[in-house]
Amino acid sequence: MGEKKEKEEAGIKLDLGLFDLLRNFEEVELEDVEIELGDLELHFQPGAVVAPPKVLAPPKLKPITILEADFVPPIEEYLGRIEEVKLGATKSEGGSRGKTVVIGGATSPAFYMFERPPPHPPVVSLDVFDTKVPLPKAIRTHVQEVMEDPAEWAKLAVEKFGAEMVTVHLVSTDPLIKDTSPADASKTIEEVLQAVDVPIIVGGCGDPKKDALLFKKIAEVAEGERVVLSSVTLDMAEAGVLDDVAKAAKKHGHVVLAFTALELNKARELNRRLYEFLPKDRILMDLTTAALGYGLEYSFTIFERARLAALMGDPELQHPVLSGTTNAWAAREAWMKMGPEWEPRELRGPIWETVTALSLLLAGVDLFMMMHPAAVRTLNEVIKQLMSPGKTRPEKIADWVTAKI
Amino acid sequence: MSEREIKKGIKELSPIDVYMLLPRTNCKECGETNCMAFATKLVNREVTIEQCPPLLEKKYEKQYNKIQEMMAPAVKEVTIGTGDRAVKIGGKLVMYRHEFTYHNPTPIAIEVTDEMPEEKLLDKVKKVEDFSYEYIGREVNLDMIAIRSTSNDPKTFRSAVEKVAGATKLPLVLCTFNPNVMEAGIVAIKNRKPLIYAATKDNWNDMAELALMYNCPLAIFAPNNLKLLRSLAKTMIEYGVEDLVLDPGTFADEGISDTINNFTMVRRSVCKRGDELLGFPLIGTPITAWVGEEAPKEVLAWREAYIASMLISRYADILIMHSLDGWVQLPNLIWRFNIYTDPRKPVSVESGLKTFGKPDENSPVMLTTNYALTYFTVEADIKSSGADCYLIVVDTGGISVESSIAGRLLTAETAAEAVKEAGVEQKVKHRYLIIPGLAARLSGEIEDLTGWRVMVGTKDSSGIPIFLKEKWPPKED
Repeated sequence: MGEKKEKEEAGIKLDLGLFDLLRNFEEVELEDVEIELGDLELHFQPGAVVAPPKVLAPPKLKPITILEADFVPPIEEYLGRIEEVKLGATKSEGGSRGKTVVIGGATSPAFYMFERPPPHPPVVSLDVFDTKVPLPKAIRTHVQEVMEDPAEWAKLAVEKFGAEMVTVHLVSTDPLIKDTSPADASKTIEEVLQAVDVPIIVGGCGDPKKDALLFKKIAEVAEGERVVLSSVTLDMAEAGVLDDVAKAAKKHGHVVLAFTALELNKARELNRRLYEFLPKDRILMDLTTAALGYGLEYSFTIFERARLAALMGDPELQHPVLSGTTNAWAAREAWMKMGPEWEPRELRGPIWETVTALSLLLAGVDLFMMMHPAAVRTLNEVIKQLMSPGKTRPEKIADWVTAKI
Repeated sequence: MSEREIKKGIKELSPIDVYMLLPRTNCKECGETNCMAFATKLVNREVTIEQCPPLLEKKYEKQYNKIQEMMAPAVKEVTIGTGDRAVKIGGKLVMYRHEFTYHNPTPIAIEVTDEMPEEKLLDKVKKVEDFSYEYIGREVNLDMIAIRSTSNDPKTFRSAVEKVAGATKLPLVLCTFNPNVMEAGIVAIKNRKPLIYAATKDNWNDMAELALMYNCPLAIFAPNNLKLLRSLAKTMIEYGVEDLVLDPGTFADEGISDTINNFTMVRRSVCKRGDELLGFPLIGTPITAWVGEEAPKEVLAWREAYIASMLISRYADILIMHSLDGWVQLPNLIWRFNIYTDPRKPVSVESGLKTFGKPDENSPVMLTTNYALTYFTVEADIKSSGADCYLIVVDTGGISVESSIAGRLLTAETAAEAVKEAGVEQKVKHRYLIIPGLAARLSGEIEDLTGWRVMVGTKDSSGIPIFLKEKWPPKED
C-alpha cells in the first residue's frame, strides 16, 4: 500500500481500486448489518472505526454518476441452415414467369437482425378461388367483381393489391362439390399463368386421390413453371399416390408443399418419404395455421420449434415454411356482428388476419397465403421495415410522455 | 458488478437437486405422497415452496433460501399495485414458449392524461374498468391505467392522479420525466405502489430517490440504447432500487426492426447468457404509434394494434396503450391469453358422448370434433343456449371441423362409428342428428350409414341457440 495514495472515508482505509470505484458514489454509510464484501479489500484503522471492528460494514453506496456497463449483442452460431427454395421460373429457366421468388436461407431465428439477417424476406401470396366460395363481407367487397373468373381475380391481386405470388385454390375439383376434372382444372391454371407473370401456388381440394390426379395433370401442363403443388400429405402416402405426385413434380420441375397437422414427427416422416424422389430445395412445409383465438398458439409454437430445431441441425426440418393465414377468418371474431363497442367489423376482420400473420412472421414463417388487402399491405410493410435495421429516430419518442395525442 | 454463473436452465433443474434440500421426512403435510413427488411438482412449478410447511421453519432456512435461489426466474417478478388488484409482471423462466409455460400474462395499461377534462378522464377510466369479453368461457379484461402528465405541472398531475385513484382500484402507472411532478403524483397515492415511469439519463438520481422513499417499482427509459439501459440498471441496483422495469423504446414506424431486436437481445441476454443487469420485466409502449404522426385516427390505431401484438410475441411484460377501441384491444387480449397458456396442454379433448343440462329421450343430439378450441367454443355456445342436449365428440386427432373434413378425418364413416359408440340410440327415441354446418357435404352419406336423419346446423356454433329455438323439435315430414 506504501506507494498508493491512501484515502480514508468513514473510517475505512481504501486501496486505490476501491477508491476509483467509490468516486462514482456520493457517500459511504456504515450500517449494522452483516454482509460479505467479496473481493473488496478493506483495512480498518483501530480506534477510527465507529462500529465494532468485527462487523463487516456494508457501504450503502449511492452512485453520483451513471455507472457504465457495456452491452454485447448475444450472438450465437447454429449448425443448421434453412434450404433456399426458388418459386416460379423465367423463360430462360424453362418457364414463363416475369418474376421469380426465392425464400428460405435463414441461419438465425426470425428477424434476429443483430445476429444474421435472412438472405430473403418472407413473401405473401394472395388467394384466388376457381369457384364462388362463401367469403366474409369484408373480403368479398374487394373481389366481388372477379369472383367467377380466377384469371381476372389473379390479375386484380397482382395489379391492385401488389401480390408477389398468387394461390389458385381449385376447390371445385372436390368430388363432393363440383368434381371438376383435372383436365378442366388445368385450363384454369393455364389461364392464370397467362394472366399474371408472378409465381403461382396450385391448391387442391384435400381429397388425396383426386389431388394426386389433379397435381399430375397440372405438373404436366405447367411444365417448367416451378409452381407449388399445395399440398402433399401423409394421407396421399396412405392412399398409395404420394410417390406419383412427387415423381411428377420432379419430372416437370415443380415444388411441393408438405402439409402436416401440428406435429413435427409427422412433418419429418412426410419429408423423409419425399426425399426419395425430390431434392431438398423442392420442398416447403405447412405445419398448419389455426386462427387467432382458435389455436394460433399451437401454430406459433410448432413453427417456432421447427425453425429452432432446423437451426440446431435437424436435417429433416430445414425447409422454408408456409402459413395458410387466411384461416384467420375462421375465427368468429373476424367476421361476426358483435356489439357496437367491437365495431367496425371492416377493421376487426383484417386486423385479425394481420395479427395472425405477424405472430407467425415472428415464429419464422417464410410464405403466407392471405386474403384481405389491408392485412397484406401491412404485412408487406412490416416485413420491409423489419429487414431494414438502424432506422430508429430516438428523438421521435424521447418525450412521448408529454406528447399531445 | 460481475455476472454470476448462469442459473441452471429450467430444463436442467432436476427434481433430485431440489429433493436433496427438502426435509426428506415424507411427512405428507404438503399433500403429496412423499418429498420426491413434491420436488417433482416444485420443479414443474405446479406447487410453490411455501406449500412445504417444515421448510418454513428456522432450521431449514438455509435450504429454503437455496431452493428459492435455484428456482428464481431469469426475469425478476415485479409487483405493481397492492392488495388483490396488484399485478405481477415478468417472472419469466424461459425465452421460448415451448421450453416452459410463460408466466404472468402481459398486462395492458390504458393511458389518460392530467389535462383531460374531468368528465372525459373518468369516462375513459370507467371504460377500461368495464372492458370485458367472454372467450371460451373466460373473461378477458384490461388491467391498468397509465396517467401521463402532459401539463408538466405538479398540482395538475396530483389532482388527476387523485381523481383516477378515487375512481378505480386498478394498478397505476405514473408517467412523467419531471421528478417534482412525479413526487406530487406519488404523494397522492402513497399506498398504491404505482409503477414510476421513468428514470432517464437526465433524471435518474431523483427518480431513484422517489422509488426508494415511496417503495415503488421504477421503469428505466433508454430509447434504442441498450448500453445506456444496462448502465442505468446497474446504477439503480447500486442505488438500492430492486424492482426495475426496462424500456428499450417502442418505435411503431421504420424503427420496428430495432425495437423487435432490442427486446429480443435483452431477453436472450437474460435467458441464455445469465445477464442479471437486464433480468427485469420489459415494458412496451405501443402508444408511441400516436406520437408525431399526421394520419387519420384509424391508421394510427391500426399501427398501435399490430405493434402491440408483435411485442406480446416478442417478450414485452407490460404494455401502455392509447386506444380503447374494441377492435384494437380484442386481438391483443386474445393473443395474450393464448400465448400464456400451457404449451403442454393437449390440442385435443377426449372424444365420446358429453351431456349438457339434463337431457332426456327427446333432447337434441349434436356432433363436433375433438379439437380443443372447437370443442370449447361449441361447449360455451351450448351452455349459453341453456339447452339440455347430447354432444357426440368425434376423434379427429385434435383437428377442427373444416380441416378434418379436408384431411378425411371427419368422414361419414368416422361420424357413424362415433354415433354408434356413443350409445345414443338407447338414450333418445328420435333419430335426428345435428351436424356442423361446415360438414354439410357429409350429410347424405351419414344418413346412409347410420339410418338417422341429418339436420345441418349452422356454420358457426354461435348460431346454436337460434338453431335449436327454430328447428327443434324437428317437424314431422
